[in-house]
Amino acid sequence: MLALFLRDIRLNIRAGGGALTGVIFFLAVIATIPFGVGPDLKLLARIGPAILWIGALLSCLLGLDRLFQADREDGSLDLLVLGNDRHMLALTVLTKCLAHWAGSVLPLVVAAPLLGLFMNMEPLSIGATALTLLVGTPAITFIGAAGAAVAVALPRGGLLISVLVLPLTIPVLIFGVSASYGATANPDPFLQPFLILAALTLFLAVLGPVSAALALRHGTD
Amino acid sequence: MRLIAENLGGERGGDTVFSSIGFVLEDGQALLVTGPNGSGKSTLLRVIAGLLPVAEGSVRIEGVAKIEDGGEAFPSIASACHYLGHQNAMKPVLSVAENLRFWRDFNGDGHADVEEALETVGLGGIGHLPFGYLSTGQRRRAAIAKLLVSRRPLWLLDEPTAGLDKASEGGFAQLMGKHCAEGGIIVAATHLPLGLDGAKELRMGASPSPLWGGSIREAERGGGLE
Repeated sequence: MLALFLRDIRLNIRAGGGALTGVIFFLAVIATIPFGVGPDLKLLARIGPAILWIGALLSCLLGLDRLFQADREDGSLDLLVLGNDRHMLALTVLTKCLAHWAGSVLPLVVAAPLLGLFMNMEPLSIGATALTLLVGTPAITFIGAAGAAVAVALPRGGLLISVLVLPLTIPVLIFGVSASYGATANPDPFLQPFLILAALTLFLAVLGPVSAALALRHGTD
Repeated sequence: MRLIAENLGGERGGDTVFSSIGFVLEDGQALLVTGPNGSGKSTLLRVIAGLLPVAEGSVRIEGVAKIEDGGEAFPSIASACHYLGHQNAMKPVLSVAENLRFWRDFNGDGHADVEEALETVGLGGIGHLPFGYLSTGQRRRAAIAKLLVSRRPLWLLDEPTAGLDKASEGGFAQLMGKHCAEGGIIVAATHLPLGLDGAKELRMGASPSPLWGGSIREAERGGGLE
């Protein structure tokens, strides 16, 4: 399993990997918002956490279609599925998800505080948003894995995956953003939505890989 | 160990590709699956491996040594086999050695060293090159080295010699002979003679049509052992 994790991380980092694509897309989205919204610093600071979350969500979805497709194209997926008796397929999928998250999504979380400055956010708000992103984005990857597994045989499945997955990520977005706001806006709670967000991630860490494994098993035609 | 197929049928997208195929392979035996394009050779291999559902009949392994007897237990065919498909299952951006090391770690049951396996297939000294830099034949040889780094009693080979030159074909025939001599079983789909002595042959698809050499429909009549 460690071997698979390291291999996927290496693939992500080396030429042709998707590690930078997501970050650059994230940067592009966030950098254009102030131009569109206008130079109202108060407004920017207020919508900042929501914009960061939406940007991160869309950037997460960007690289998901390659999660299994690359392995399918070169035949590795068949061998990963055949290894089911040694490494349960759901665990293989979970490992691939974690590697994908560490390689492609973690850079987004790291970049988020910097992009928060573009949105004129306070340090506390920036910290809270980065923390919620850190806890919440794995959930998006896990849901996305199920979508990617369903669409693995489709040659241009990227858009389909986004459409399939987007409605399911809405709860993650809602609790992520409300926890980010809770850190600064006084009457709103931070801890409750944050814990629900963590619970969502843990819940989807089981449900996502299991359903993705099921889809992959039946998609080996 | 025995590989037993009884009255086996396979389908693709709802159409029957072949049916009523039966064979028994003992330790050290090899089966060549031949036949025209589209007669279901690859489908048969994928059905045996468990990548495609069995449409009818059954395929199973028997007589695997128990763990208590010092042997390894294989709960299914999938866990007992190496499947070498049309694609090589190697990543072009990783080096050949990195690819092999990954499959060795992932598949377990380490057998030959990565370097040793590369020497065996005649790729010694180029393990550091990215897999994408290799020629078609070299890629195939690297994929064959993948069979050597982990031990599996059953080899399922789909056109294993595609892209290999004459010398490498000979080398590969020796490797297969060695595998059989050690009690392994080979099922290979092929158009070319593989140079395996004493291999059984399973001819898929009956009489080839004069124009295109058989069709999918003809395969429904089923093949038999010769």
